[in-house]
Amino acid sequence: MQKALKVARVMLSVYYAYMVEYRAELVFWVLSGTFPLILMGLWVEAAQGDQFDLSPTDLVRYFLAVFLVRQFTVVWVIWEFEREVVEGRLSPYLLQPVDPAWRHFFSHVSERFARLPFAFLLVGLFLLLYPYAAWWPRLDNLLLGLLATVLAFCLRFVMQYTFALAAFWTERASALEQFWFLLYTFLSGMVAPLSLFPDAVREVVLWTPFPYLIYFPASLLINRPENVVRGFAAMILWSALFWGLNRWLWRRGLRQYSGMGA
Amino acid sequence: MERYWKVLRLFWSTAIAAELEYRLNFLVTALISLGGLAGSLFGLFLFYRTGYEFEGWSWEAALLVLGLFTVLQGFSAMVLIPNLNKIVNQVQQGTLDFVLLKPISSQFWLSTRIISPWGLPDVVFGLVMIGYGGSRLGLGWADYGLAILPLALGAITLYSLWFMLGATSIWFVKIYNVTEVLRGLLEAGRFPIAAYPVAYRVFFTFVVPVAFLTTVPAQTMLGQGGRGWLLASALLALVLLVVANRFWRFALRFYTSASS
Repeated sequence: MQKALKVARVMLSVYYAYMVEYRAELVFWVLSGTFPLILMGLWVEAAQGDQFDLSPTDLVRYFLAVFLVRQFTVVWVIWEFEREVVEGRLSPYLLQPVDPAWRHFFSHVSERFARLPFAFLLVGLFLLLYPYAAWWPRLDNLLLGLLATVLAFCLRFVMQYTFALAAFWTERASALEQFWFLLYTFLSGMVAPLSLFPDAVREVVLWTPFPYLIYFPASLLINRPENVVRGFAAMILWSALFWGLNRWLWRRGLRQYSGMGA
Repeated sequence: MERYWKVLRLFWSTAIAAELEYRLNFLVTALISLGGLAGSLFGLFLFYRTGYEFEGWSWEAALLVLGLFTVLQGFSAMVLIPNLNKIVNQVQQGTLDFVLLKPISSQFWLSTRIISPWGLPDVVFGLVMIGYGGSRLGLGWADYGLAILPLALGAITLYSLWFMLGATSIWFVKIYNVTEVLRGLLEAGRFPIAAYPVAYRVFFTFVVPVAFLTTVPAQTMLGQGGRGWLLASALLALVLLVVANRFWRFALRFYTSASS
């Protein structure tokens, strides 16, 4: 246990140092995630006429929360893992007594700390544009929302890492992620809160993992709690499912892996 | 001039031959574009389903904008992304030296070396969407024809902006993702500019000229908007094209090659 903590601490500090080395790059990654903010403009304009269930204020809050959750849950492990397999750089990592998954995991986590200051800055900027929308989450909602965000990150990481393992069999594993990302973009609540979806669509979507990655944590953060128990249960179930698949694929994949270029 | 045509033909025939080695890729990218199309339509539908309309834009007219956006997306996947996003690699590895030594314009080489057929599905789906929206609105061939000019101007504007951002990699090697910021902002072009609040409209017209990429061509197609917008669009494209060229030459003065 103590060893695990030590490994975690070392990896965190090492990767944090890496990340802050390229701060300018980080700023650009933050800025490239402006999609929710663009949609915020559209929805705020649309909601002026009271034809939707949500008021403009709600929508500003919602999309700012979406933006933050999205920043907190960005995952890119598949691109790195794919390269490691194709170029054979995975081999030396396999010799280490730590599963390579943790290396990726901690590099993502430490990047969060380097990225968040910029993200909050951008949110502050938009609150200047819409000062009436400033809000504080209630304490219980805030805690639940943070927990949901952390879980959302873990779920997204496990899902993408599972797809990444397809790199053992094909050179275009990232195509899987591209397709998955489309579903994620349009069904997670990034384009609109789920309460604005047609009822039938919403019922179906709630069975998929996507709304729990964005919509659920964001709703908690803006004090519009959804069915909390159902949300957390769904996240844990989906995580467990992908975790199982992931470990199975990992064992099969290592047998398949031939260490190209080694 | 004729030499450039010949070179271009050689560039593209070799690039296509190389890409066709991966035919399964075509199926994959076609599926991804189809999925993207369904998603975009769903996103637009969410606005229109309760009877709300973007100011002055019917559902069919909004489809035209989305179709034009998809066409431009295909264009950037075919030409801009495979070429301009590679400038940074050339700078990083010093292979830009070889490009500069060739007896043709380095900007031409860097912008046209590769064409990737994988953007084609997007272009086709975009055109289908335009055709569908246009036929519902009763547009004729003349209307589509009129839109070609502003669309081409929009493509030039897009190229110039992208190229200038790519050229900044001469100074900041590590900032390969600055074009991602532009791509993120361009997403705004999925919707007519009238759908945005005033502050956004100003930003997307004067700071990042998204309005000229999709809204102006769609307005021309619909016979709205007038000559002023067209003129502004032409002026913008021309100025940006010249500035991009000058900027590249300026940037090259700071190029010191790698490992030497």
